[in-house]
Amino acid sequence: MKKLFPAASLVTLAPVTAAAQEMSIDDRVNQVFASSTGWFVNLIFSPLPFQIAGSDFPWIVMWLVIGATVFTIYFGLIQLRAFGHAISLVKGDYSDPKDAGEVSHFQALTTALSGTVGLGNIAGVAVAVGIGGPGATFWMILAGLLGMASKFTECTLGVKYRNEYPDGTVSGGPMYYMVKGFKERNLPGGGILAIFFSIFCILGALGGGNMFQANQAHAQISGIVGDYPGWITGVIFAIVVFLVIVGGIKSIASVTEKVVPFMGIMYVGVALVILLVNYDKIGWAFGQIWAGAFTGLGVAGGFVGALIQGFKRAAFSNEAGVGSAAIAHSAVRTKEPVTEGVVSLLEPFIDTVVICTMTALVITISGVLVVDPDTGLFVLNEAGTAIQTVDGSSGVQLTSAAFATGFSWFPYVLAIAVVLFAFSTMISWSYYGLKAWTYLFGEGKTKELVFKLIFCVFIVIGAAAQLGAVIDFSDAMIFAMAVVNITALYFLMPVVKREMNSYFERLKTGEIVKHKH
Amino acid sequence: MSKTTFVVGIDGSDAGERAVAFAKARAKAVGDCAITLCYVIEWSPFSFQTPEENEQRHKRREEEISMAHSRVLDPAVTDAKKDGCEVSGIVRHGDAAEILDDLAKELDAAQIIVGRVGIRGLKERVFGGVTGRLVASASVPVTIIP
Repeated sequence: MKKLFPAASLVTLAPVTAAAQEMSIDDRVNQVFASSTGWFVNLIFSPLPFQIAGSDFPWIVMWLVIGATVFTIYFGLIQLRAFGHAISLVKGDYSDPKDAGEVSHFQALTTALSGTVGLGNIAGVAVAVGIGGPGATFWMILAGLLGMASKFTECTLGVKYRNEYPDGTVSGGPMYYMVKGFKERNLPGGGILAIFFSIFCILGALGGGNMFQANQAHAQISGIVGDYPGWITGVIFAIVVFLVIVGGIKSIASVTEKVVPFMGIMYVGVALVILLVNYDKIGWAFGQIWAGAFTGLGVAGGFVGALIQGFKRAAFSNEAGVGSAAIAHSAVRTKEPVTEGVVSLLEPFIDTVVICTMTALVITISGVLVVDPDTGLFVLNEAGTAIQTVDGSSGVQLTSAAFATGFSWFPYVLAIAVVLFAFSTMISWSYYGLKAWTYLFGEGKTKELVFKLIFCVFIVIGAAAQLGAVIDFSDAMIFAMAVVNITALYFLMPVVKREMNSYFERLKTGEIVKHKH
Repeated sequence: MSKTTFVVGIDGSDAGERAVAFAKARAKAVGDCAITLCYVIEWSPFSFQTPEENEQRHKRREEEISMAHSRVLDPAVTDAKKDGCEVSGIVRHGDAAEILDDLAKELDAAQIIVGRVGIRGLKERVFGGVTGRLVASASVPVTIIP
């Protein structure tokens, strides 16, 4: 997920050139929207009724982490046991040559990854480290490792209960396992859960997967070329997205799908180079992460502050438990649903444990966070809410400043990366939203076109308007997906366990063999 | 004495037709030969795709296979049969050089026959074309028809 800044900062990022009259329309829309939906946003992001060591703890973060922990224990540390097997599967060691030409495990994994790797890894981590200190990294990694079990569960179910149509296409995702899985286990309520999930998924796709991305992409571009009206960015993005999802211009999509992984690899590569150059500080940085995880090193809220930030950003970044990955993975044509679950557990690992940690290490090592030389503790800003930074920046600018200490040209590359990540996230979420839409309204060319057009219109709205409340609402929707999805996962996890035990048993006895040597 | 098998790579080009013509001539000369024509659809499991492409992949694959049959392979097989050869056709997805060699191994073929298409573009200059890689890695003799 790419939620980075609270709505307040979006208002400041939005174009300042908007005419006074437009401002008032925006304001009015904002107001109406906030007053009618604010209760839902507050409900989703409300803190637990008690404070932990003097800090508020949003219950939704607790919900995601508890879910991930339950799945980790229930499936006996599947993320560790099946890690090697996951890599074999992605390499194609177990792929039947007769299935050549079908979607491979590698393709399903990279498609799902391009929907999650993005702003959350770049800016979200900076927010976590900026507020929670390096210690937040420890909790972020832990949450990423636990999240692997959530992904395993939802993606296995996504493949097992998908719909296959006579023309050879497939549709899958949480709404299908909610209905079919609950029916199979004679449980009531599957249909209602599926409807709720679909509604949240459509609104989440239009918000977090669309408007928020367009808004952030515009903020990045205008940060480099100077301020200009947001609707221009919006219209350009909308046209390109329209060409891909409505016009079926595959070349644009395939160019992005090729450039995005390249950007991701380059990002990690540059981070590694910066770490290598400062190799003498790596030990110290890990020391800071370890010490900060349990003492806080002077950050706001102490070590609990670090913990909340780490957990929150990991959950926001890798989408484990949200259900979106289950839609992306269900296209693979495999006889064994478990194999897809096993492959998907690599996602939180790559997204959170590798890429997010790189960002955190570079920020820690670069020295952009101000440390009191006498006490070794971090110096807080005037408000006392975050660590003071060398140039006063936060979020994506902090990451940018940290990388610029190694390579002065990196901010430009980062801006391009942010725009491309935003685009690929939109393409992915347009698909997730469409699947939920067709689940509710049925498949059909016209019905699909209606959703795609709505999606394109929302890109322009997202880039142009200062709809903080709308964006808050749609972010809340994405987390509402997790509430419904994890509930369903608790009821269906025995099905996954049966599949898992049977698969690994057959792997052990040699019934399932490698095709490649 | 089992039959002598030739694996012939075809792609609908003139070069492919020359390879088939050569194979037919060889088959007549050797006698008791089987010719397997193979059409390879270039495909890699390590490419990047959108979710929508993934969803439609199975359908597209079927379409690709049936199109390869109807446009290239079946006419070539029919032609070769008219000339009195024992011939079969096969369509596979993957890397042409790898697939042709795998097929030759599978069928215990005597040789692989392909047409030369010449080097086109930068990628082939750097990494070598299909024929170049086939020659470099094949486990049976390879005949290249200019």
